[in-house]
Amino acid sequence: MKKKIITFTALTLMLSNQSEARDQIKIVGSSTVYPFATVVAERFGKTSGFKTPVIESTGSGGGLKLFCNGLGTQHPDITNASRRIKMKEVKNCEKNGVKDITEIKIGYDGIAFANAKSGPTFDLTLRDLYLALAKEIPADTEGDEVKANPFKMWNEINPKLPAKPIVVIGPPPTSGTRDAFNELAIEKGCKTFPGRNALKKKDKQLYKSQCRAIREDGLYVEAGENDNLIIEKLVANPDALGVFGYSFLDQNKDKVKASKVDNVFPEFEAISSGEYPVSRSLFFYVKNAHASVIPGVKQYVREFTSSKSIGNEGYLISKGLIPLPKSERAKFEKDGKTLAKFDENLLKK
Amino acid sequence: MTNNLDRVELSLVGRKRSERLFKFYGFLGILIAFLFLITILYSVISQGQKAFFTTFIKVNIFFDSEIIDPQNQRNDEDIRYANFNKIITESLKKKFPENLNKNDSKELSSFISNSEADYLSEFVVKNKDYIGKYKNMWLLASSNIDVIVKNPEMEDLDEEDRLISDKQLGWLNQIRLNKELKKELNKNFFTKADSTEPEQAGIWGSLVGSFLTLLITLILSFPVAVAAGVFLEELAPKNKFTEFLEVNINNLAAVPSIIFGLLGLAIFLNIMHLPRSAPIVGGMVLALMTLPTIIIATRSSLKSVPPSIREAAIGLGATRFQSVVDHVLPLAIPGIMTGTIIGMSRALGESAPLLMIGMVAFIVDVPTTFLDSSTALPVQIYLWKSTAARGFVELTAAGVIVLLVFLILMNGLAVFIRQKFEKKW
Repeated sequence: MKKKIITFTALTLMLSNQSEARDQIKIVGSSTVYPFATVVAERFGKTSGFKTPVIESTGSGGGLKLFCNGLGTQHPDITNASRRIKMKEVKNCEKNGVKDITEIKIGYDGIAFANAKSGPTFDLTLRDLYLALAKEIPADTEGDEVKANPFKMWNEINPKLPAKPIVVIGPPPTSGTRDAFNELAIEKGCKTFPGRNALKKKDKQLYKSQCRAIREDGLYVEAGENDNLIIEKLVANPDALGVFGYSFLDQNKDKVKASKVDNVFPEFEAISSGEYPVSRSLFFYVKNAHASVIPGVKQYVREFTSSKSIGNEGYLISKGLIPLPKSERAKFEKDGKTLAKFDENLLKK
Repeated sequence: MTNNLDRVELSLVGRKRSERLFKFYGFLGILIAFLFLITILYSVISQGQKAFFTTFIKVNIFFDSEIIDPQNQRNDEDIRYANFNKIITESLKKKFPENLNKNDSKELSSFISNSEADYLSEFVVKNKDYIGKYKNMWLLASSNIDVIVKNPEMEDLDEEDRLISDKQLGWLNQIRLNKELKKELNKNFFTKADSTEPEQAGIWGSLVGSFLTLLITLILSFPVAVAAGVFLEELAPKNKFTEFLEVNINNLAAVPSIIFGLLGLAIFLNIMHLPRSAPIVGGMVLALMTLPTIIIATRSSLKSVPPSIREAAIGLGATRFQSVVDHVLPLAIPGIMTGTIIGMSRALGESAPLLMIGMVAFIVDVPTTFLDSSTALPVQIYLWKSTAARGFVELTAAGVIVLLVFLILMNGLAVFIRQKFEKKW
């Protein structure tokens, strides 16, 4: 009986501990940033003497939602994002008391379009991608009116493309890769029609909804927050085209080959110079109110902004991250040290 | 009369044929299931067994005092901060007398796992006499080298499709010729938790996480479920209300597990503010999921105890409660145990509800309490499966083997208990 009482008290004690502050950083967010963040976290855990941070891969949107849910130890301290935070999310954060956050840009990532090595070679333009994947496409070459997307084969869009059915496997809407893909590929392709551009000035809301919407008739297949799954599906179906980040392409060169977009291959130099048209920035956001409470947050941010991790020779570069220009990295290194408050006016432009 | 007999005679051929056909279909079904099982086991075991061993490379390490301790002070702190990566690279270079440029030495240093610099620095701190001396040491190879050694067919691939360059392959073959390569038990796999480097990743962290989670599940669900089962079967009056409960419990057993995860997120995390990713929450969620299974098992094993036992007890003046606790329940225990173990092994293989409460995460530290962040076995397998690096392919399969071994052990225990203790009436 005595033993039972002791175990019971021990259990209750362990439970009551949870009101105490956490001593381990919790991170959520983008599956694109996840492979970089885990490397930083592991090195940080080995060298700093702090506990290794816990990282969940929830997608950029899911991560920002958890991040903005409030202050307190049950909420994450940092969220990774493969796109910039949105005004809506900043407002949501503020509503829940998360007013002071710091934005850190860690580098660039190109969005690659690739298919199995045994499949046909695609030589795409942004316009081709838009015509293949948008929900509604212009009814004529001017693009004043739209119609439902009728295309089922690549060569119907552009005779130079292979005579294969359109099957594109890509990320779901919670993913930052998807947001960037909609904005950088589909919308840019949409803009090549003069009528669409005119609509942008007249009715921005309608323009956005028409120029960013992806078709829902099953030709675009959502694969979940798991890029490995996309690679496997591509190998199984050589005609299918996959959408994922450059770092994943880099790791799977033996299985898939990248397509040119506007005559440029997604390669290291082309992405960092901006020549490759579909590249986006990778970020993480820090909850500054937590930085003074949770041990190690400041040091982790410092590790993730240092030149030894994201500089030109940094260890993340060999994992496929494309580095920032020197001056920009220096700016974010400084922001990270001082935990500079994110200015939401930057989003208003 | 003869007419009827004739008809029976005539239809006999057809009836016998359909019996044979039925037998054949049944056999075919089992054969197909068996083939699938063999295929799965073969692919998992042939991949997974590779992860139980890992490659080591023999290097004659020169503990250069210029690099480790230039001031000759033998200070632990200074030694820890010394550049041991350089020591490894320099010692590796001595294997290959040809001149190496900067890029070459980078490619050469990638032969050895980046954990080995820490290992060497700890070694030197403990054995300071070695400073300035040579010592032959077996160092853990990096995952890319390990993968090539384990999958020789990859050597024939083109350079750009292979994990290592032609130059690295040449060095590797030379190391092999000099017999400076060996395969040894992969200790990291059995003692470590997750890592971004495949050669340093292990299953131990998630095994401990699963153990802590299941312990909570057992502590919470077993007593509650047995009490509920006994009450419903033996003591409760049969009315509309208990019937309603019964239907609900049966329904609950069929609810998809992710729903329990959502419940856990809403109640345990958002209302009770328990920590995310903790085994205690995982255990609570899985306990909810296991409850109906154990209740149903308890009831059916109570049902199989013959009424004469109860009647005899009551006839001798025992109360209803006494007859249940002293006589019926002990006879039903083997059945209850079997049901519990099967419920627990289902909980062990569950990953969907854990996703909701944050146990699907990158966790490097092995958990020690119920409140530490941790993963579970199936979650670790899922995480490795979704990682890009090639070395995780074998680890994933090895993780599946470990999970299967535990499932077979638990189910075997259930069968054993049933065979050994169950009474036939």
